[in-house]
Amino acid sequence: MGANETNVIGRAVRRKEDARFLTGTGQFTDDVNPPRHTHAYFLRSPHAHARIVAIDASRAKAAPGVVAVFTGADLEGVNGLPCGWLITGTDGKPMNEPPHPVLAKGKVRHVGDPVALVVAESPHQAKDAAELVDVDYEILPAVVSCVEALKPGAPQVHDEAPGNRCYTWSLGDKAAVDAAFAKAAHVSKLDIVNNRLIPNAIEPRAAVASYNAAEDAYTLYVANQNPHVERLLMTAFVLGLPEHKVRVIAPDVGGGFGSKIYLYAEETAMVWAARRVGRPIKWAAERSESFVSDAHGRDHVTHAELAMDAEGRFLAMRVHTTANMGAYLSTFASCIPTILYATLLAGQYTTPAIHCEVTAAFTNTVPVDAYRGAGRPEATFVVERLVHQAGVDMKLSQDEIRRRNFIRTFPYQTPVALTYDTGGYDACLDEAMRLADVAGFAARKAEAAKRGRLRGLGYASYIEACGLAPSNIAGALGARAGLFEAGEVRVHPTGSVTVFTGSHSHGQGHETTFAQVVASRLGIPVENVDVVHGDTGRVPFGMGTYGSRSLAVGGTAIVKALDKIVAKGRKIAAHLLEAAETDIEFADGKFTVAGTDRSKTFGEVALTAYVPHNYPLDKLEPGLNETAFYDPTNFTFPAGTHICEVEIDPETGVVEVVSFAACDDFGNIINPMIVEGQVHGGLAQGIGQALLESCVYDAESGQLLSGSFMDYALPRADDVPSFKVGTKVTPCTHNPLGAKGCGEAGAIGAPAAMMNAVHDALAAVGVKSLDMPASPHRVWKAIRAARA
Amino acid sequence: MSVTIAMSVNGRPVEATVDARTLLVEFLRNDLALTGTHVGCDTGQCGACTVLLDGKAVKSCTILAAQAAGAKVTTIEGLARDGTLHPMQAAFRDCHGLQCGFCTPGMVMSALDLVARHPAPDERTVREGLDGNLCRCTGYHNIVKAVQQGAAAMRQGG
Repeated sequence: MGANETNVIGRAVRRKEDARFLTGTGQFTDDVNPPRHTHAYFLRSPHAHARIVAIDASRAKAAPGVVAVFTGADLEGVNGLPCGWLITGTDGKPMNEPPHPVLAKGKVRHVGDPVALVVAESPHQAKDAAELVDVDYEILPAVVSCVEALKPGAPQVHDEAPGNRCYTWSLGDKAAVDAAFAKAAHVSKLDIVNNRLIPNAIEPRAAVASYNAAEDAYTLYVANQNPHVERLLMTAFVLGLPEHKVRVIAPDVGGGFGSKIYLYAEETAMVWAARRVGRPIKWAAERSESFVSDAHGRDHVTHAELAMDAEGRFLAMRVHTTANMGAYLSTFASCIPTILYATLLAGQYTTPAIHCEVTAAFTNTVPVDAYRGAGRPEATFVVERLVHQAGVDMKLSQDEIRRRNFIRTFPYQTPVALTYDTGGYDACLDEAMRLADVAGFAARKAEAAKRGRLRGLGYASYIEACGLAPSNIAGALGARAGLFEAGEVRVHPTGSVTVFTGSHSHGQGHETTFAQVVASRLGIPVENVDVVHGDTGRVPFGMGTYGSRSLAVGGTAIVKALDKIVAKGRKIAAHLLEAAETDIEFADGKFTVAGTDRSKTFGEVALTAYVPHNYPLDKLEPGLNETAFYDPTNFTFPAGTHICEVEIDPETGVVEVVSFAACDDFGNIINPMIVEGQVHGGLAQGIGQALLESCVYDAESGQLLSGSFMDYALPRADDVPSFKVGTKVTPCTHNPLGAKGCGEAGAIGAPAAMMNAVHDALAAVGVKSLDMPASPHRVWKAIRAARA
Repeated sequence: MSVTIAMSVNGRPVEATVDARTLLVEFLRNDLALTGTHVGCDTGQCGACTVLLDGKAVKSCTILAAQAAGAKVTTIEGLARDGTLHPMQAAFRDCHGLQCGFCTPGMVMSALDLVARHPAPDERTVREGLDGNLCRCTGYHNIVKAVQQGAAAMRQGG
C-alpha cells in the first residue's frame, strides 16, 4: 500500500515509524546523553517492612566519582506522590490515603522502596557508592496477601490505614440481587484468584533530568505514556514548581502496558536533584529494579455467584472482591478494582441485577495499578469463568448459554452504571466459532484422547469500556483529572501537515494511523503528514495513552481540529472563487463550487492562508492552524468472543495452546494491520497470565521470589501459537470516527478463554478448579489430586 | 584497570581504551554511540542487546568488550546499505513485525543468525530459534511471519 495514496482509511499502510526502529536510529530515553551528565542509582529497601533507625551517607559521599547523595530527610518541602482518583467508601467516607514519600521517611514498606538517590560520574560509581550508604533497619513483620492483610492482628503497613483497609466500596442494588437469588432455580459459584502480574515492557523505565539556570527551567526525558499528566502531577502536587517551567519529553518509549502511566518516585527525585547538582542526571532501571519498582497489575481474590432460572437465563450476579493495592496508592490504583471493574460485570448479558463489593487492602508489596486492560480483564475473568461454570451446571453448550443471555437491544442500560451504545455479540460469537472450527472439535478431541491427551475448548465473550469518559461524570465518581484529549493540526504554507496529539504512542503506531485519518480527510498523501507526540514543549496539552483511548478520544480531537481547518479553508476558497461559503464543497482535497468545475486545491488554499495577498483580511485571520479539545460523551464498548483450544498431557501437566481464535468488534478500523498486531500482542499477554506469569512473594519475609526473567515467565515465541483473528463492525455511535479502541482486548479476553479451555479439558479427569497460571506443576498436581 | 581494545564494528576499525569491566553493549552504546543495541534486562534473558560477533548472534551484555577484541561485530546500524533496508529489516516492516521497536534490533540480529543456520525455516524452527529474544508487544505472530519472509527474500538474493 503506497504511502502516497490519499484514500487510506481501512488500509494496511506500512508504518511510518518503522524505518528508525529497524535501523537503530530511534531515540529512547536511555539514548539521550546531554553534555556533562551524571548518573543516578537508587538504593532500595532490601526488606519488605522495616523502620529506618538511622541513615549514614558519609562513606558514600566520599566515594570515588560521587557528586551527591540524597535521602528522604533531604527532600524538605517535597510532598508525597499523589493518587489521581478519590474513592468514597460504602460508609460515605473517603478512602484512606497514606503518604507516599518520594524517598522513604521513617519506614520502608516493600522490597524495592527507594531510600537514597546516589549521583555520580558513572553508573558503576553510583552503584558502588550506594553500597556504602549505611542504613540501620529495624525489621518488622510483613504481609503480602490482601486477604491476610485484612485479618485482625495483621502487620500494619500504615498508621493512617487501620486494619490495612484503603476502602470498602460497592456498586449495584443489593436488595434486588438478594431477591433474585431467593427465587433462582440454580446458582453457580466460583472462588477466583486473579494472579498478580508484572508488566515488563521490554524497555525498562528511564529518565534524564536537567536544569537550565539561565531560564530557571527543567527538562525531563522520561519513558512515560502521558507526559502532560506527569508534569501536572509532579509540579503542582509534589515539587511545587511552576508548570510552565518544566518540559517533559517522552521520546520513543519501548512499550508501556500501563506501567509507564504513573508518576514515579525516581524521576521526581531526579528533577528535584537536577537543580541542586547543577548538572543533568540520567537513570535507566536495571531489570531487577523494574521488578520491584514498576507498578504491578491485577491481584484480586474473588467469590462470585450467578443466579439463573430453570432455562439458564441469568437473574442476578453477586461478587465480592478483595484487591491488593500494594504498599502505597499508585497514581490510578484506587479506580482499577472499582470504577473500571465492577461496572463491567454485566459483560455481554442481560443480567438484570448485579451487586459487587470491593475491599482494597495495603500490603508490603510493590504498588498495584492499571496493567493492560485495568479492571476489565479482572471483570471478564469473573463473568466468563462463571458463565462457563453455568453452562456446565445447566448442561448447555458454551455458545448456547451465552446466546440465551446476550444483550441485543441498544442502547442498553446495565445495572452497573454503564450505557452500551451499540454492539453485535452474536456476529462475533459466530465468526469466532467459525475461525476456531468448533464443528470439528469433537473429532479432534477424540483423536487426542487416542494419544492419551486431553483436549479442551474455552470461550470468553468479553466487553470492555474504553475511552474513559466524560470528564464531568468521572469527576463525580472521584477522578481528580480531566479525561479529554487535545489535538492541533498545523497546515504549512506548502500544504504539508504536522499534527500534534496529546495521545502518546509506545508501539501503537499513531504516527501512521493518525496520519491516515488526516490524509484521508484532507485528501493529501500520508507521507505529507507528520504526527508529533510526547513533548509538553510542542504539544498543546494531552492526557496521554491508556485505556485504549487514543483513536476514539485522541483521534477525535484531531478530527475536530480538521473540521475547523476545513471550515476555514472553505471561507478562503469562497473568497478565491468569488462564491458563497455555503456553496463550497470539500472532497478529495479540493474545494469546489457546488455544481461547477471551479475549484481550488487544498494546497492552493493553504498557500493563500500564509500568503494572504488576495484574502478577506477584514473578516478572517491569516494562517491555517487549529486546535481542538474533545471530551467524549460516553465510553466506547469494544466487545468480542475469543475461543481457545488446548491440549494437555496428563503425565507432565503441560498445557499446549493448539489454537486461538478471536473475533472482535472495535468499531470502524483505520489500519487493519496495526489492529491485528494489537490483538496478537494482547492475546500473548493474556495467555501469559493464564499459563506462565505469576508474581510470587514469600509470605513470611515479603521477598519477591519471581524477581527476574529467570523466575518470572514472560511468554516466549515458542509458548504461543499463531492466532486466527477476525473483526465485525458496529460503529461507535458517539464519535465521528466510529472507533472504539483495540489495544487491550486481547489481554481482556484471553485469560478467561484459556482457563475455560483448561477446565474443559480437565473436566474429563475430574478437576473442578484451578487457579492461574496453569503451569505444568499445578496442572499435574490437580490431576493427581482428582484421581486420588 | 583499563585495557586497550581494537575490533571491527560494522566494517569500520575501532580502537579504544576502556575500563576492563566494560561490557560489549556498554562499549557499543557509550563509546561508539551505537544506541540501536538496547539493554532490556540484567540476566542475559531478553536478547534486546543481540549483535553478530564474527557472524554469530551473541548477547552483548554477556561478554566484555575486551572479549570481542579482534572480532568483527555487526550491529543493527550495520545492516542497511546506501539507505536500502536489508531484506530482513524490510520483512519486519512489511509484516508489521515490530511495535514499540525496543526488542527489534536484537530480534533482527537473532533472525539473521537463525537464517544463516536454517535458510528456509518452518514456523516451529523460527519459534524455537527466537526463544532467546523477548518481545512484549507483538505476540510473536508477525515476527515469525517476518523471519520467514526475510529468509525467503535472502534466498532469492534480495
